[in-house]
Amino acid sequence: MGTHEHSHDHSGPEPLAARVERMTGLNPAKCYQCGKCSAGCPMAAETTLRPHDVMRLVARNQLERLRDADGMWLCLTCETCTARCPNGCDPARTMDALREIFQGSGEGRAPKPIRAFHKSFLDQVRSHGRLFEFGLILSYKLGGGPLFADVTTSPGVMARGKLGLAPHRVKGLQEIRRIFDACGAQEEGR
Amino acid sequence: MSRIGYYPGCSLHGLSREYDESLKAIVPSLDTELVEIDDWSCCGASSAHGVSHLLSVALPARNLAIAEEQGLPEVVAPCAACYARLATARHEISGDANLAGTVNKVLVRDFRNSVQVRSILEVLKGQVATIKAKATRPLKDLKVACYYGCLLVRPVEVTGGYDDAEDPSSMEEVCKAAGATPVKWNRRLDCCGGGLSMSRTGSVVRLGSAILKDARAAGADAIVVACPMCHSNLDFRQKAMISRGAWEGEMPILFVTQVVGLSMGIDPKTLGLGRHFVSTNAVTARLAGAAAPAAAGEVG
Repeated sequence: MGTHEHSHDHSGPEPLAARVERMTGLNPAKCYQCGKCSAGCPMAAETTLRPHDVMRLVARNQLERLRDADGMWLCLTCETCTARCPNGCDPARTMDALREIFQGSGEGRAPKPIRAFHKSFLDQVRSHGRLFEFGLILSYKLGGGPLFADVTTSPGVMARGKLGLAPHRVKGLQEIRRIFDACGAQEEGR
Repeated sequence: MSRIGYYPGCSLHGLSREYDESLKAIVPSLDTELVEIDDWSCCGASSAHGVSHLLSVALPARNLAIAEEQGLPEVVAPCAACYARLATARHEISGDANLAGTVNKVLVRDFRNSVQVRSILEVLKGQVATIKAKATRPLKDLKVACYYGCLLVRPVEVTGGYDDAEDPSSMEEVCKAAGATPVKWNRRLDCCGGGLSMSRTGSVVRLGSAILKDARAAGADAIVVACPMCHSNLDFRQKAMISRGAWEGEMPILFVTQVVGLSMGIDPKTLGLGRHFVSTNAVTARLAGAAAPAAAGEVG
């Protein structure tokens, strides 16, 4: 059973491994470095740290080395690692916990376009309750994404009737805002 | 007539509206009624879970709570990412009383987590006999590569194990019922690059082109998907794959609901085939007994 704790005191020298375990309910030291997660990882070819490296560094409290690497930001959460782990570790959930820790502390070093995308995405959801794709693309471009070579500049997107030009706002927008506020995520991605 | 809750998700009202159109076109023949969740909101998709675990549970939980209030015992989420977020929220809340309490406090709802979450494959797999019976124009001679991607079948703790996580068969069963011939290939469960489509297109080109090449090598006429992100990364991004020298030619990408719809004789325009970026004419030309009708509504 997880011991999920959603808001915690950022002060104090809580070791990284203990912090991740508190968030995920899983002991990162359970990983015995078989490398099965990394063998199946679609992004292992592009990252400096592979999933089993990340697991080891978490278990050894290597916060700085993790913070300065790109592995967790490039993780696609495809769940291959988690599905194949023979010892019940959950690398995908661990990556999420690390992203949450580093973003919350403002130390995150997500590549700029990825950071801009997630921020634009959640801003849209917070504003409208649903993703407004056209708004996402505009906000993403203005927020640091590449200006060209994208969906709106591709011929045929509009002709195919795929992009609505006005957002749909859910009626329960107050509830959505309350959820974001309660999760402390209104400042996400910054 | 069976009733099932329907969570369309944002993509099915936007970039992948043909997935919504084709699903709605086939359900009357499957003796099923879709009851849309009132005032549904975004599940948080590929962004919320990297920012706040609670946010990634609370956003989908709002939708499940409304479905519960509507008296719906189960909900189908055709988008694989929505499915994964809804099913993960259900799974995590059911295993963690603290989390359940926190979610209820945040939502200000009395949510009992009673709603089952179904993938589109789980629903269609339960209907293969009906699909077979209604396939008046079986897709004879059409070889399809059934592509599951990441989130439809794993991890089993979340999916409940309706299909095998390493060797699934539900999509092949559905396509066979529609008269098509699934090919054997290797990259059915590989990731297409998912949420990095816009922010790291190079990764999507690398992963997606490998999937297309493997499907072609296996002799497939088309790839079948059940996820808007997979569709976008394999269909829309084919152009980027070509311009970056990673891919040549065309591979039509069909939603599984379009495959079923075509076998029922529903016209390609109704099924939204004209909304794809890669032409589906090669597929419609193979429709049994048809003289190669072009996908009506095709635009350049």
